[in-house]
Amino acid sequence: MKIHEYQAKKILAGYGVPVPQGSAAFTVDEAIKAGTDLGSFPVVVKAQIHAGGRGKGGGVKLAKSADELKMFASQILGMQLVTHQTGPVGQKVQRLLIEQGMKIDKEFYAGILLDRAQSKDVFMVSTEGGMDIEEVASKTPEKIIKVTIDPSAGFQPHHARRLAFALGLSGKALKSATDCFTKLYKAYCAADCNLLEINPLILSGEDIIALDAKVTFDDNALDRHPEYAELRDLSEEDPAEIEASKSNLNFIKLDGNIGCMVNGAGLAMATMDIIKLHGGDPANFLDVGGGANAQTVSAAFKIILSDQNVKAILINIFGGIVRCDRVAAGVIEAAKSEHVHVPVVVRLEGNNADLARTMLTESGLNLQAATDLTDAATKACAAVKG
Amino acid sequence: MSILLNKSTKILVQGITGSEGSFHTQQMLEYNTNVVAGVTPGKGSTFSNEKVPVFNTVRDAVEKTGANASIIFVPPPFAADAMLEAIDAGVELIIAITEGVPVRDMVTVKHALRGSKSRLIGPNCPGIITPGVGKMGIMPAFIHLPGRCGVISRSGTLTYEAVKQLTDRNIGQSTCVGIGGDPIPGSNFLDVMKLFNADPDTDAVVMIGEIGGSAEEEAAEYIKSEFKKPVVGFIAGQTAPPGRRMGHAGAIIAGGKGTAKEKVAAMEAAGIRVSKSPADIGATMAELLGK
Repeated sequence: MKIHEYQAKKILAGYGVPVPQGSAAFTVDEAIKAGTDLGSFPVVVKAQIHAGGRGKGGGVKLAKSADELKMFASQILGMQLVTHQTGPVGQKVQRLLIEQGMKIDKEFYAGILLDRAQSKDVFMVSTEGGMDIEEVASKTPEKIIKVTIDPSAGFQPHHARRLAFALGLSGKALKSATDCFTKLYKAYCAADCNLLEINPLILSGEDIIALDAKVTFDDNALDRHPEYAELRDLSEEDPAEIEASKSNLNFIKLDGNIGCMVNGAGLAMATMDIIKLHGGDPANFLDVGGGANAQTVSAAFKIILSDQNVKAILINIFGGIVRCDRVAAGVIEAAKSEHVHVPVVVRLEGNNADLARTMLTESGLNLQAATDLTDAATKACAAVKG
Repeated sequence: MSILLNKSTKILVQGITGSEGSFHTQQMLEYNTNVVAGVTPGKGSTFSNEKVPVFNTVRDAVEKTGANASIIFVPPPFAADAMLEAIDAGVELIIAITEGVPVRDMVTVKHALRGSKSRLIGPNCPGIITPGVGKMGIMPAFIHLPGRCGVISRSGTLTYEAVKQLTDRNIGQSTCVGIGGDPIPGSNFLDVMKLFNADPDTDAVVMIGEIGGSAEEEAAEYIKSEFKKPVVGFIAGQTAPPGRRMGHAGAIIAGGKGTAKEKVAAMEAAGIRVSKSPADIGATMAELLGK
């Protein structure tokens, strides 16, 4: 789960990480009050959306006076901010962070994430702050310095020193950096983060400060952090995906016109792949989970059909322990109750698959029974072509 | 004629009295699997599934029954503790079915595994089956056929799909291993491929990967230099958009890394016959074996 910069900074500040003073604003009036509370100009007006690249898209402005603050806040609030991460439509800005302007002497990068190959956390820094770190990693990998953290010993002072020296720091700034790194790692672990990124991390005089903050939580750990689960911003998510998550369905919207309903994530991906291989375009990824019954199939139909692009639906269920005839009964019941108006190709495999195919064919509904995966993909692709 | 699970494997079920645990214990028993004990804290001295003795701790179960393998059906918040308890009791093979274990918990478990005598498969996996011998998992047994082809996969139902394609072509399986869809699996492709390489009763292997991470590439490196048997591969998620988690916690293209294209290239460079379509996995293996 992603959160906004101002939320991430508040969490980090709770662990003692130095961040600029500031507060969130949902209206222009709140923005002006937040600026006045800071006591002096300049202040920074920052659009709060989950995507990166906000500065380049015009979502971050430096206001030198109250008039400028009002002007920028009015401009940015409500704008459709387009960045390299939002896609061409962009994301509507509904929140701002109003923050004190900082003197920036140097910009660095700091990030913590899991190295899957080693099953250990990796803390990375770079002198190339403020840049797209993926670009730095591919063009000048030597400019990224990493330490791997042993889970039993944890993050040690020597790790912090190595990272700080790698940034060319000394004296009081070095101490400020080692202190900051230790606190960042503590926050990363305690908050069950998947990713913690500070870009840029700045040197201001002799102080190290987190000028930006990006935090992604491990969804599987949110149960033990109910206070973080509340930070979810639904306006950043696709409405159909929110609806799907309410029914415990795993749904991701794509651009094609063949809706997919599959049990199991791997098979769902493979189903999208085989559609593409036969010249079609999947409209979504949808995993209905282990037990596909009338209720889950019904919910899945609703979500798939809410997408106006969908011209046909491919249902691919491997009935392992669940019997295929029961799944077929569920599909027939759901297709009736949801008034499905597009052709539906159903491929059921496993226990009682023959009986299931007969039931589908004899249902009198617009359901085509497929014999195998290839047959299903061929029929679905033919259905959208008309 | 197998890896990991054979006739001498004595199985205990952690979380046996829960609905999932008891249901799948019944399924395992019906497949003549050697389930010798169950563990549910507080339910010791009772019986589950009519005949399986339940113990309060894994250590008790191991001492009293000689169990050397455990399958875990414990809910996500307590799953890591269950795995650590099994490691602590010296259980050699641990299969964790549970989906939704926090990543941080798995960093701890993975660390505890180093230097222990335990091997972990999962979490978030369908388990393992040695057809005709027994199953430690939730897969439908009836699609399997005893034989000499190994199967390893990060997926559940996609594995069943591949297994059925093999069985339909009369290609039996030595052992099928679901390593799970999490970012930190207890065992990876590489670990299990080493076992298949050493198994005299496995002639060929089907390897099913998906987007995310670099486990397929690491296995491909090993296969290229040391693996002596033919391998058929498939990678799911060729059409998956970057930056989105495709159902499995580990199935994500992050920072442009972990794409299907990279994995297919690494596997092909290692001499693996990668099937383009998920429908052709069985046919590709049949062709490779001259069947």
